[in-house]
Amino acid sequence: MTDMVESDKNTRPSILVFATNNISDPGIDLAGSSHMAYPTSVKVIAVPCSSGIDPRWVLHALTAGFDGVFIAADGTDCAYLPNCTERTGQLVKQAQQLLEKNGHDPRRLKMAAICSVCAESFVAHIESFQKALSNM
Amino acid sequence: MTDRRIGAFICGCGGNISDYVDIEKVRDEVEKEPGVVVARTAMFTCSDATQREIIDIIREQELDGIVVASCSPKLHLNTFRAMARRAGLNQYVYNQVNIREQCSWTHTHDMEHATDKAIRLIRAGIARTLMGHPLEMIRVKTIPRVLIIGAGISGLQAARLLSTMGIEVHLVESAPEVGGQVASWGPLFPSGRSGKELVQTLTSMIEKDDRIHIHTSSQVVEKTGNVGEFDISIQSSDGKRTSIKAGAIIVATGFQRYKPPQGEFGYGLPGVLTLDEFRDVLDNSDSGSIRYNGRDIKNISYIYCVGSRQGSNDEGSHSYCSRYCCTAAVHTALLAGEKQNPLHQYHLFRDMRTYGKQELLYEEALQKGSLFLKFPDEEPPSVKASNGHLEVALKDQLTGGEEINIGSDLVVLVTGMEARPNRELIDVLKLPVGKDGFFNEIHCKLRPVETVMDGILIAGSAQGPKNVHESTISSMAAVAKSAGLLMKGYVDLEPFVAVVDPDLCEWCDDCSNACPYDAIGKIEKGGKAIAQVTTAICKGCGTCVPACEKLAINVEGYTHKQITNMIDALAKEVV
Repeated sequence: MTDMVESDKNTRPSILVFATNNISDPGIDLAGSSHMAYPTSVKVIAVPCSSGIDPRWVLHALTAGFDGVFIAADGTDCAYLPNCTERTGQLVKQAQQLLEKNGHDPRRLKMAAICSVCAESFVAHIESFQKALSNM
Repeated sequence: MTDRRIGAFICGCGGNISDYVDIEKVRDEVEKEPGVVVARTAMFTCSDATQREIIDIIREQELDGIVVASCSPKLHLNTFRAMARRAGLNQYVYNQVNIREQCSWTHTHDMEHATDKAIRLIRAGIARTLMGHPLEMIRVKTIPRVLIIGAGISGLQAARLLSTMGIEVHLVESAPEVGGQVASWGPLFPSGRSGKELVQTLTSMIEKDDRIHIHTSSQVVEKTGNVGEFDISIQSSDGKRTSIKAGAIIVATGFQRYKPPQGEFGYGLPGVLTLDEFRDVLDNSDSGSIRYNGRDIKNISYIYCVGSRQGSNDEGSHSYCSRYCCTAAVHTALLAGEKQNPLHQYHLFRDMRTYGKQELLYEEALQKGSLFLKFPDEEPPSVKASNGHLEVALKDQLTGGEEINIGSDLVVLVTGMEARPNRELIDVLKLPVGKDGFFNEIHCKLRPVETVMDGILIAGSAQGPKNVHESTISSMAAVAKSAGLLMKGYVDLEPFVAVVDPDLCEWCDDCSNACPYDAIGKIEKGGKAIAQVTTAICKGCGTCVPACEKLAINVEGYTHKQITNMIDALAKEVV
């Protein structure tokens, strides 16, 4: 029984994470090297900067079957852009409009700044996002 | 179908992966993927032997793409790129898939689903490789000049050594004088030379050196550019700004001394001093006696690990060992013993860490009569004032928990190191710091002085507690790394820059407006206006990508096709 519950929790809801090579991906790595647990249904694609995440990729992820998309943004640590937070925020807004237009709940996209040592905060964000997704 | 010939290599990492992920099942599944002609597992893919085997397979099977599923690319991306080059491949037909930090290590209790996830991650890596193509690095000339931030012992050493290699140095120091903390120190182990002398020797060499430019009372306030060609602005205390171009930056901002709050082990009571404060008392005492507040000192208690190995692992706590303090305290006791004899010295410690050669000092202190008492972690000693002297009480573990009271004229708190509050500098340089507040290296063994920011290196105790010896070693490592970079005359930057599809582009200037670097302009091509990216300026951030309605601009390595195919691969069920 416990196994069932455990594996259910591991397969749903599924989340695609967009992380960034220099900032949030190392933060997510740190969660692993600190042996913090999050469900296997969470999968990460790392890109250079969160301001380069295309809203169409977010829609594509939901269409392909992911329950939610989490953008682990650079925040103020971004080496490319001083205004990365605003830019990524703008993209999130666009992406949410795109989701709505295509019949998806815009809350299925979430963004938070994850720094290169923000392992605990990443795991906490994922937990609360999964809870929120389960209730949609 | 595809005519690509891809090899997938799955690493067990000596159990780090294979204990939690069924790598044989992963191999069987991955082998079925279109384009994959060979899939293998290995216990340690990074080992020389396995790399040689993979090179043989690449040649025999005429592979045109490879995927290694192992640890984080932060660790071995360059290892396997070099392997690809040795096999005669373009290094960008290689992709690394992280199935350790982002799979086995975080899913240690569910092999079935961890295995499922590993398969999907590798499929995504294969999808990325299928859509990828060979790329050439972008070569940028380097400026043979290094900016060193912090003119303490590490910064001074680095400046001197870089100059001997013919590299120009700008040394920026926030204080009005160079020399840092060591400049105020007395005799150091093992030579007995004082910190002051040591710094003076270095300073006199540096001041005579035409290649070294010193900027005291100055701070770094702005940084743009990249490895090889940073543009840095420094500002002096009178508000004057200077801009400096440098190929590399060494951060050697040092530490600050832990200052106990009032009441910690009686700190604030007369006669309770930190180790540094006691060193000042010693340095100012004539030989023959140690005097404090007009009294001769005959009994001293040292309490170790004050401000070190305390508290939880939380941000701002000092759970780390400060490394230098055990030795510094024992060394201080020997110096005190030379000034005043007889002198009773009691060392109240948790664990004695006079490692390496420093063990000789501990031996000598024992022989000269210092007494060492070990207190339990959970029951630290207490200090109170009584009848004009200090009373230190502890449970001594070495005598089976006996309660001992020591009447002391002085109590010396052996205080550790903490990170300097460098918020502004951290913001300017965008360097990651650890929970302890010190700067983080990429890997403690593989890349111990490099940071995630290419061309920015760390040296000395800015990275974590170090003694002078260790600071010098790390500073030399940073020198070797920066000189290695600059003496070649160029750096090769990742070719992950934006590219325009001339067929799809109908110049509208949206990408150009989105670009924060002015890297995109307009040209006429094939009878129409299209966007053109200047690759030497493009940083590959990708902000232009979502701006283009027509999907006409992509970042190499992260194209629309690659990302959407990766998403499909991750979403696809493993049957």
